[in-house]
Amino acid sequence: MAIWLNEDSKILVQGMTGSEGTKHTRRMVESGAKVVAGVTPGKAGADVDGIPVFNDVASAIAATGANVSVIFVPPKFAKGAVQEAVDAKMPLCVVITEGIPVHDSAQFYQYAVNAGTTRIIGPNCPGIISPGKSNAGIIPTDITKPGRIGLVSKSGTLTYQMMYELRDFGFSTCVGIGGDPIIGTTHIDALEAFQNDPETDAIVMIGEIGGDAEERAAAYIKEYVTKPVVGYVAGFTAPEGKTMGHAGAIVSGSSGTAAAKADALEAAGVRVGRTPSATADLMRKILT
Amino acid sequence: MDLYEYQAKQLFGKHGLPVTAGDVCSDVDAAVAISESINGPVVVKAQVKTGGRGKAGGVKLAKDPAETREVATAILGMDIKGHTVHKVLVAHAADIAEEYYVSFLLDRANRAFLAMASVEGGVEIEEVAVNNPDALAKIRVDALVGVTPEIAREIAAAAKFDEAIQAQVADILVKLWEVMVAEDATLVEVNPLVLTPTGEVLALDGKVTIDDNAGYRQPEQAGFDDSAADDIETRAKAMGLNYVKLQGDVGIIGNGAGLVMSTLDVVAYAGEEFGNIKPANFLDIGGGASAEVMANGLDIVLNDPDVQAVFVNIFGGITSCDAVANGILQAVDQLGERVTKPIVARIDGNNAVEGRAILNNANHEFIELVDTMDAAARRVAELAAARKGA
Repeated sequence: MAIWLNEDSKILVQGMTGSEGTKHTRRMVESGAKVVAGVTPGKAGADVDGIPVFNDVASAIAATGANVSVIFVPPKFAKGAVQEAVDAKMPLCVVITEGIPVHDSAQFYQYAVNAGTTRIIGPNCPGIISPGKSNAGIIPTDITKPGRIGLVSKSGTLTYQMMYELRDFGFSTCVGIGGDPIIGTTHIDALEAFQNDPETDAIVMIGEIGGDAEERAAAYIKEYVTKPVVGYVAGFTAPEGKTMGHAGAIVSGSSGTAAAKADALEAAGVRVGRTPSATADLMRKILT
Repeated sequence: MDLYEYQAKQLFGKHGLPVTAGDVCSDVDAAVAISESINGPVVVKAQVKTGGRGKAGGVKLAKDPAETREVATAILGMDIKGHTVHKVLVAHAADIAEEYYVSFLLDRANRAFLAMASVEGGVEIEEVAVNNPDALAKIRVDALVGVTPEIAREIAAAAKFDEAIQAQVADILVKLWEVMVAEDATLVEVNPLVLTPTGEVLALDGKVTIDDNAGYRQPEQAGFDDSAADDIETRAKAMGLNYVKLQGDVGIIGNGAGLVMSTLDVVAYAGEEFGNIKPANFLDIGGGASAEVMANGLDIVLNDPDVQAVFVNIFGGITSCDAVANGILQAVDQLGERVTKPIVARIDGNNAVEGRAILNNANHEFIELVDTMDAAARRVAELAAARKGA
């Protein structure tokens, strides 16, 4: 099972012939993922290590049956790439690209909602991995193993850190939802999917300053999630009004603070760790 | 990036919103000259990126150029919540019959945009939202549909604007949305939007936040950034580093925004034990953690006079730890004698054993390796406290 990505996933890489696209295509293939096609406009007939490149998403799907798209195109082409994938009814679209103007993200998100056929993960995210099954994005595979923990996080390297800390238990699926103000898949979407996934026993949720996604996730957990959840929130020391790396990571006034998020999670019965290692220890206690 | 009021009003004017006559300047004589050209009462407004200017004495009326000289002299150079006033906006002082509020903003929770409008403007809109929520109309704006004239009229009607001016307000909303989209803004706010006794509707004060990600297609906005050329943040930006200066003693370098934010927190916790040692900066050198970027990062952080010790916290994923360790050594080699402060390194992840062996074998006098993030944070806080005390 796992969520959204499994051994049957057939991956298409939009922007495969670019340097990042080629590098990460090879890493995905090495980790055992089935990468079946690439798309670069004007490069139909080319290939990357034997994986065929098509001019557009629709013809790539027609030829290969691809059902997951991973997008590496530069920011200025990202909106067009996502909308093309939506038009081709691609079920899952993972947008790795960092630095997309938020008006573009708002538009392609709405475009996908209107079409109703595509889940978007990202943008500005490391992707999704179901260890031992498939890997769509840039998450390293060899730092953990298959297991029964579900992980959802805004941050890439904190995702890796947590996967590594709990490598003795392993993960069903790890989803990096991205650090931008508008993202296609939220903590709540992942929590719902993990709650319904018979191969997931417990959930780690990693948040950071900015917005109120963690507070809303806390309310959702209280109402609907019966599996144990542990949480971690980054950014307690972030000053007000400064963007901390991720475009969405900014504290404005009293809203968006790490303290408010940790409090909301604890009030919902989520055990919150003070450091990533302390958080991993909380999960270890639950599982042993 | 938040813009100054005068920059916001420049954008309003560019997109046809009615604004009061006026100009910005940075010295008293120029302020007087603007006042003379306006030929009537003016308002002199401190240009600082913080609220509460009026209460701090940074906004004053002047009935003639002589009074403008007096007022501008007082305001230029004053300190408002830690911001020195370098520029004032001198604008025609419009007669005000009514004060309203209109804005568009990015609505993260609903993954769309939001229009807010109220006939109770001129005060903090957060107060209206709490004390009199019915007076604040909030309407979702679809990112693909935007604000058409019909939608603008709906917003004006929902906010209960007087019917006599609803068409004028709707026109302003359409133009304000144009600012939002054409300028890649995440917030455009007019507070107050005023009605004059002669029935004109004018944008008296404005706030605009622009999306830094859209810089590549907004070349005209490059001139809006006025951060001092000599500060560390600007130098870091020029090197392409993702750096934020903080008040503290431990320089932080890490890979990935989330991990770096977490590192700041862990150092601050550990620092409580050592007389409140705190992180001196946020610096994300990116997931790849290349040697060149590492060298630039170390250079920036070691040159910060506040920094007593440096914490390099890298999780080797895509770039494995042996490559990261070699990168750190290349970086300190490049910097040579400029490395004068202790560097505590924690590297973990792919090939951690090999990476640590490389750093251990190098036996560099300023580099100390600690295996876990929590223990490394404790050690660097201890070293910083010792140097600070010395």
